Amino acid sequence: MKTLFLFKLFYRELKTQRKRMTLTILALVWGTFSIVMLLAFGEGLRLQMTKASHGLGEGIVIVSAGQTSRAFMGLGKGRQIFLTEEDVRLLENRVPGIELISPEDEHYGNTMTFGQKSITQSIIGVYPSFEELRTNYPDWNSRFLNRLDLENKRRVIFLGTKVKEKIFGGAEAIGKTVLLNNIPFVVVGVLRKKIQNNMYNGPDEEKAAIPFSTYKSIFGVKYLDRLIYKPRDISRAEAIKKEVYRVLATKYKFDPEDTQALRLWDTIEDAKIFQKIFVGIQVFMGIIGALTLMVAGVGVANIMYVSAKRRTKEIGIKMALGAKRRYVLLQFVSEALMIAFSGGVIGIVLSLSLVEVIKTLNLRGGAADFIAHPVISVQTMAVTAFLLGLIGFLAGLFPARKAASLDPVEALRYE
Amino acid sequence: MNRLGSEDARSAMIKMSNVTKTYGSGEALVEAIKDINLEIRPNEFISLIGPSGSGKSTLMNIIGCLDTPTSGEYFFEGESVSRMNHNQLAEIRNERIGFVFQSFNLLPYATAFENIEIPLIFKGVNTRRRKERVAELLDKVNLGRRARHKPGELSGGEIQRVAVARALANDPSLILADEPTGNLDTKSGDELLKIFDTLWKQGSTLVIVTHNPAIAGKTPRVISLRDGSIEN
Repeated sequence: MKTLFLFKLFYRELKTQRKRMTLTILALVWGTFSIVMLLAFGEGLRLQMTKASHGLGEGIVIVSAGQTSRAFMGLGKGRQIFLTEEDVRLLENRVPGIELISPEDEHYGNTMTFGQKSITQSIIGVYPSFEELRTNYPDWNSRFLNRLDLENKRRVIFLGTKVKEKIFGGAEAIGKTVLLNNIPFVVVGVLRKKIQNNMYNGPDEEKAAIPFSTYKSIFGVKYLDRLIYKPRDISRAEAIKKEVYRVLATKYKFDPEDTQALRLWDTIEDAKIFQKIFVGIQVFMGIIGALTLMVAGVGVANIMYVSAKRRTKEIGIKMALGAKRRYVLLQFVSEALMIAFSGGVIGIVLSLSLVEVIKTLNLRGGAADFIAHPVISVQTMAVTAFLLGLIGFLAGLFPARKAASLDPVEALRYE
Repeated sequence: MNRLGSEDARSAMIKMSNVTKTYGSGEALVEAIKDINLEIRPNEFISLIGPSGSGKSTLMNIIGCLDTPTSGEYFFEGESVSRMNHNQLAEIRNERIGFVFQSFNLLPYATAFENIEIPLIFKGVNTRRRKERVAELLDKVNLGRRARHKPGELSGGEIQRVAVARALANDPSLILADEPTGNLDTKSGDELLKIFDTLWKQGSTLVIVTHNPAIAGKTPRVISLRDGSIEN
């Protein structure tokens, strides 16, 4: 009944201050909408960027050879280090923390022919683990290179999305035979579309992969461009990195502290920095939204001040009948909260609808890949509800304190 | 000292000694009432009369615990009101004093039922008990069928009876009426006085502030104020 009574009072205020109330609720709707959408776009951007960064691989480290910058064990500095396929096996055996590992070597300027169509294409030689390492997942009805391909030096090829389009267009590629420098290769897989924002020598969709064994026999490779590994436990990434360094330093006789001898591209470290940047962006978006909402809060405070003034007599009567100050406080604060939340609910419903609409539009390609996927997370809702509550509370508190501090005699006399 | 020790003070419902209330300061200092010594015993029926500006309202506000004296001591049922804080005063007003105002002071948007319910809400009475009590009170003032009506739909006499029912809600020690018939026609005014008379006979203590000699003539005791002091 007590709560019902508060609702009744609120409803009456809603009616008597209709215009002011409408405008304020509109401001609240807009403020809520702004904050939810800003956070939703921010969250969407973060998720898409995270996905894109995983296009290169999830939590992988890319190792390529460098030159020594220190003299070590009687060897001079400036010595070029070379990585071989043997090193891949060495690391696999010596560093148990490594879950997956693959060599990668690239050969440019090859001719790939299918029927009348001929293109110049770079080819990489890799292990089957490259699929997991680089999230190079095959499109439906096809597969990546497997262990048997590697063991039997099969002449099979996995095409990047763009490569497939260039040579086959819209036609089916799986099972077809292409000529690579006049050597026939069977297409076993095509890369499923992925977004990738980190790369070297071009994105994976423009590459074609063949088993490393086959690659070696055709191109006679002695040294690797690089090797890629993924630690079993990301939290141990730093320790594993040190071990990799140590194992290779022992083999090639360079100072394990010589950071120039090997170049390690640690996408794990990148991902951490990246997440930090996004926390920053979200906080920034949240602040902008909160400022917008604060303007609406001024409107709520204004309504509550007018309301307190208009209801001086009512407050006086209630005080005479035994209302304590905290009742008057509670009444005004809860009314301010009701106003704040009614605006908030409409704003949230509006935002949810807009997000749904954007989803159905299914915008793709270019910038749309990153910004057209707003996501309203639980955190966004929590932050919004918290801010609405805070603003409603503050907007109600000051007028409420004024109302509660009225002298009952004065208030009763007020007409 | 919160309670008076003497037998005398215990039997008095209200005891004021040297109560003074001043407003403003310096040159503009106004003494609304000065050195009031007053005692009211349970089951008294009193008129408080005096011309406007005599301090009637001020005295009534202090008796009603809406205001506290500037100096002097005021004991309500043995408790010193003079130094009570807002919440304590609110509790006394809620549980032990029933107000009836000249301008009725009902909440216009609330029904008769809801208006009567308000003091019970502030006291923290539960819903079921409140319903019973309000029904009881409405019967007492012959308004049982008007429960769902708002003040705008009731006559002046009916409104004032709702106000009386509201004043009686928490079964107060003292009923304090400020010009209760001031806005009523003669017939309704007489009816109201009859209700007051009945309440008195049933054991209530009533103080009616009025400048109507006809009303004052009907109460056993009259307190007359002039220039802030009691005359008789």
